[in-house]
Amino acid sequence: MRCIYILPIGSIEQPILRLLSKEVSANLQCRCKVIGNLDEPDYAYEPARGQYSSAKILKDILDNEQLCSSSKGMGKILGVVDVDLCTPILTFVFGEAQLGGKAAIVSLCRLRQEFYGLPPNDELLVQRAKKEVLHELGHTFGLVHCPNPRCVMYFSNSLRNVDGKTVHFCSSCSRLLTEKT
Amino acid sequence: MKSARMRPDVHILIVDDERIMRDSLSAWLQEEGYHVLAVEDGAKALKKVTDKRWDVLLVDLKMPGMDGIEVLQEVKKINEDIPVIIMTAYATVDSAVRAMKEGAYDYIVKPFNPEEIGLAIRKIIAYQDLLKENIYLRQELKKKYKFMDIIGKSHKMQEVLALVKTVAKSNSTILIEGESGTGKELVARAIHNSSLRSEGPFVAVSCAALPESLLESELFGHEKGAFTGAVSMKKGRFELANTGTLFLDEIGDISPKTQIGLLRVLEEKELRRVGGTQVIKTDVRIISATNKDLKALVAEGKFREELYYRIHVVSIQLPPLRDKKEDIPLLAQHFLKKYCLENKKELDGLSQETSSLLMKYDWPGNVRELENVIERAVVVAKERIIVPEDLPPLTQKEQKFKTSADMPLREVEREHILRALESNDWNISRTAKTLGIDRNTLSSKIKKYQMKKG
Repeated sequence: MRCIYILPIGSIEQPILRLLSKEVSANLQCRCKVIGNLDEPDYAYEPARGQYSSAKILKDILDNEQLCSSSKGMGKILGVVDVDLCTPILTFVFGEAQLGGKAAIVSLCRLRQEFYGLPPNDELLVQRAKKEVLHELGHTFGLVHCPNPRCVMYFSNSLRNVDGKTVHFCSSCSRLLTEKT
Repeated sequence: MKSARMRPDVHILIVDDERIMRDSLSAWLQEEGYHVLAVEDGAKALKKVTDKRWDVLLVDLKMPGMDGIEVLQEVKKINEDIPVIIMTAYATVDSAVRAMKEGAYDYIVKPFNPEEIGLAIRKIIAYQDLLKENIYLRQELKKKYKFMDIIGKSHKMQEVLALVKTVAKSNSTILIEGESGTGKELVARAIHNSSLRSEGPFVAVSCAALPESLLESELFGHEKGAFTGAVSMKKGRFELANTGTLFLDEIGDISPKTQIGLLRVLEEKELRRVGGTQVIKTDVRIISATNKDLKALVAEGKFREELYYRIHVVSIQLPPLRDKKEDIPLLAQHFLKKYCLENKKELDGLSQETSSLLMKYDWPGNVRELENVIERAVVVAKERIIVPEDLPPLTQKEQKFKTSADMPLREVEREHILRALESNDWNISRTAKTLGIDRNTLSSKIKKYQMKKG
C-alpha cells in the first residue's frame, strides 16, 4: 500500500500533525506516517523578501528522502513548515508541490489567524491546513487546479478561497485521483 | 508526467533570461493546468511564435540582447492578436507606458500577487475564448446566410438549391441563366460563400453597364498612361478577385473583342493589364450570369462558342416568379420582415385581398419587382396590415396587360416596359434596374415607344 510521509520542518505542534495524518489517510486511502523532523529552514531565507524560498525547502526535502524508509518506491513526502513561503514569481504561497512528483510542502504561517492580527483559532487552523495538505498532495498525483470552488483542488490565492472550499475532492478530481493512486 | 485535466487549448509561452523565474512560473502555470513552454531569449521566442499558435506570452522586460519591448514589437509583426504580458522586477512609469503603447496586454511587477496574475491570465483566456466563439458564430452566421436569402419552397427552387449546394464545393465555372430580377447575383454569392474560396473576395462586374473600352480596363486593369485618363495604374477585377470568385453579370452583352480577352484569361489563367507587358497570374473562379439566350447568340455568331463552353461547365436555370407562384407568399413575408426592420415599422402581415392580388399578378420584373412592391407597401402602409391600397396601381387591379405569341416583338417589348414602369411608379432608375438595362437604354425606349405616365 502506498505511504505518504509527513515531515515536520522546524517546530510544528504534534496534535496538528496527527490530525493532518488522519485526514490524509482517510481521504487518499493510504497509510500516512509522521516522521522525525528537520531543522528550521534558515538556509531558505530570502533577505530581500523577508520570506523563505519554497523551492529550496522542497529541494531539501528531496535531499532527505532517506528519512522515509520506503519512500523510494511509490511514496510521497509532505513537508510542513511554519515560515512564510514565497517563490521567485509569487509574493507568497500557502504551499508548493512537484506536479506529478514526489514532494510537496505546506506552510501553516499564513493559515494562522495571528498572521492577520486576529486571535488564534486552532480549529480553523487545522481545517485550513487539512485543505492545503490535500491540495498539494493532489498536485503530486498529477491533479491540476479545479474550477469548482468547493473542491479541495480549487486554486487558493487568498485565505478567502481556502475557507470557501471543502476538504473533499470533487467527483471529477476523485475519479482522476483514483486513476492515479 | 502529463498532468491530469490539462486545458488542451491554452498554450502559454514564457520568455525570461533567469532560469529560476522560468521554472517557478512554469511550475505554477502548470498547476493551473496550462500548457507551458519557457525560453530564455527573444530570438527563441520569435521562432516559437512563428512555429505555432500561443494564447498568451509572458515576456520579461529586462533581458540581455533583445529586451521585452523589442520582443513585443517583433511578436506583433508576426501576429498582432497574441496577448503579451510584460513582466518586470524593475517597474518604472516610463517602461510601463512604453509597453502599453507598443500593444502589451498588461504590465506586471515581479513577484506577482497570486490573485493578480491568476486573474490577469484568466481574463485573457476568457477574452480569447470570446474571440474564438465570436469567430465561430460569425462563420455559423455566414453559413446560415449562404442559402437563407434564396427563398423558395417550390419544386423548381428546391431543385435549384440542391444544384447550388452540389456545385458550390467544386471549382467549375458556372453560368446562371434567368430573367432580370430572378436573383442571379444572390445565387452567385451563395455559391461563393459555400465554396472553398469563401475566405477570398467576391467581386461582381456588370458587363452591360460599361462601354467596351472601359469594361476591358475594368476587368484586366491598366497601366499608368495606357490611355488618356489612365493617370495611375489600376488593378482589374480579375486581380481584385484573386483567390476568390469573379461574378460576370450580363455576360451576353460583352463585345467580341472583350470576349477574346476573357477567353484568353480563362484558358491561360494569366493576364496583362491594358497597356502593360507584365504577365499576372490569376486564380479566380468565374460565375457568369445572363438573361439572354447565349446558345442563340452563339448560333448567330454574336457570342464565341469556345467562351460559351468555358463559362457554362455547370448551368443553373433560375425560374421566373410567374412559374413558381407558390413561393410568392414566402418571399412577400421575407421582404415584409426585411423592410419592417429597415424602416423600423411593426406590421402584422398582408391582408387576404393583398395576398390574392400578389398571386394573380405575373411579375415581369420577377423577385426584384416583388421586393420593390413590398418595400413601397411597408413605407406607405398606414395600418398594421398591408392592404391593396398600399400596392402600386398595377398590382391593385386585374391585369390590363396581356401579351400573346402572335404579338409582334416590338409590341411585347413595349407592353413589358410599360408594365415595369408602372410597377415602379415611373421611377426610371428603379425600372431600368428591374429590367436589367441601363437608364439611357430605358430612356431611349420610352422615347421610341412614345410612352407617357398615364
